Amino acid sequence: MHTRARDSEFTMLFQVIAYTFILFLSIICLVPFLLILSGSFSSNESIVRDGYHLFPTDFSLEGYKMVFKFPTQVLKAYGVTVFTTVVGTALGLFFITMAGFVLQRKDFKYRNTFSFFIYFTTLFGGGLVPWYIMLANYFNLTDTYTVLIFPGLMTPFLIILMKNFIRSAVPDELIESAKIDGANDFRIYFSVVLNLAMPGIATVGLFLALGYWNDWFTSSLFINNPDMYQLQFYLYNTMNTITFIDQMAIGTGITLSQDVPTESTKMAMAIIVTGPILFLYPFVQRYFVRGLTIGAVKG
Amino acid sequence: MLKELNKNKMLFLMLLPTLIFFLINSYFPMVGIYYAFTRYDFEGGLFGSPFVGLENFKFLWQSGMLLKLTTNTVGYNLAFIILGNGLAIFCAIMLSEIRGKVFKKVTQSVMFLPYFISFVLLSVIAYNMFNYESGFVNTVLKRFEAGPVDIYNTPWIWVFLIIIFYLWKNLGYSMVIYLAAITGISDEYYEAARMDGANIFQRIWYITVPMLKPTFVILLLFSLGSIMKGQFDLFYQLIGNNGVLYNATDIIDTYVYRSLKVTFDIGMATAAGLYQSLFGFILIMTVNYIIRKVNEDYALF
Repeated sequence: MHTRARDSEFTMLFQVIAYTFILFLSIICLVPFLLILSGSFSSNESIVRDGYHLFPTDFSLEGYKMVFKFPTQVLKAYGVTVFTTVVGTALGLFFITMAGFVLQRKDFKYRNTFSFFIYFTTLFGGGLVPWYIMLANYFNLTDTYTVLIFPGLMTPFLIILMKNFIRSAVPDELIESAKIDGANDFRIYFSVVLNLAMPGIATVGLFLALGYWNDWFTSSLFINNPDMYQLQFYLYNTMNTITFIDQMAIGTGITLSQDVPTESTKMAMAIIVTGPILFLYPFVQRYFVRGLTIGAVKG
Repeated sequence: MLKELNKNKMLFLMLLPTLIFFLINSYFPMVGIYYAFTRYDFEGGLFGSPFVGLENFKFLWQSGMLLKLTTNTVGYNLAFIILGNGLAIFCAIMLSEIRGKVFKKVTQSVMFLPYFISFVLLSVIAYNMFNYESGFVNTVLKRFEAGPVDIYNTPWIWVFLIIIFYLWKNLGYSMVIYLAAITGISDEYYEAARMDGANIFQRIWYITVPMLKPTFVILLLFSLGSIMKGQFDLFYQLIGNNGVLYNATDIIDTYVYRSLKVTFDIGMATAAGLYQSLFGFILIMTVNYIIRKVNEDYALF
């Protein structure tokens, strides 16, 4: 009886510590988003005068108005990102699921050789510069949609994840019996495997989509035409350009920032670019957690 | 090979796009390693540039660059691995014991949120918080009449900021993986421990923590494999081309990127990249060899 009482005391103590600690970390995870949101709804004047606050001191929509004064560039960047995300994710999923299916087939003799061919690329590589020169100078991919989509199509990690997933989700006997019924390998993949591996496909698809949506690096290396900037690179450029203009203004004594709401525009731009992710997040997160959970238990 | 090719024609065909992808994206560029041994000229291309042997490496070594880049890259990665896993395990254990279902769900979602945002937004966040004129931190410091502090010109602060931002962005992701592992532990262990009179701290210490070891070792091995590759996006978006901070924050990836984009040191940048690849390769092989000697089950290959 005595130990039981002690136990519940300890449990109480633990719960108090855990609640406090987790709550504290959650707030830290959330505050930066609030800061940006608050900045985007503050008047530029109040930011310049009093700095950024957790809540807007002087509510204003001028940042958003500024961004949408010339909406074509933002919309173009949105278009590029949506296009590359959709096409890249679809193509990537198609190739990754096929590869995963083939590499887990026990009757495929060279599966280990090919697995190593893929895995080896994580151990050793040519590095950034040879890769860049090859795509830019030898494949002439500068300023093309191909270069925005191609490099992100797959990674060894995602292929291994998919391979493991298919192995556990699709029993060998099922493939055998489909074969006896006269289905060829592609047919089996298309109508049996794709159906059974749905949670794995959702997880890998999310990884791919996230990669494309958040990509700024490819634009920074290969894209010179502003009409083809990805959304994130467009934001990156806006930040740098505005900062540059600000510094110019200080240098020349022209008070430009009073006419152009630079600070609130930066934050509004950040919100507009991130918006869809924040909006989709609650729906998407569940699949991610489920997929990772399955993958991790396997690992 | 031919017989097999004929028998499994369809399977080969289905694997073909993937093989072509890795051939182009990963194997072809390996030929370009040759640039590391040339003084690159734009007219000559790959084999038209003059061969200079190990000159690029010699220069990198003599300038002290290799040493600085290596210590920074490895140092940051070790901090990421140790602190990242430690914090994730700690949080996963707490979260798994918390009773409030709603609280658990909401906080888990909130902590996973930073993983989803882009590194560009991370740089906006850093700017919002730390810039000299209007940053949030300085706003608060001014209120207590303690500021402002010029954070963007103070290198040592960024050592901590980079690590904190890394933890902030990745905590949710690794926490989910550890949570999954905890969920997989059978309830019977806990029941038995309770019967024996173990309190909650003892149950965690003697059951949960040891049971997380396999997950921890696998994650550890994966991250050791990429210890020479820094989190390029994180460093570049937080530091950018702010030369004041390089000494404390430059890693091989940022150096190579700058050499390519800003100074056009093709030979030098390739040399640094090759050094990174080789060093990393040898490191993985060694670690894997040692682990296989100790416990074969944990080895990567």
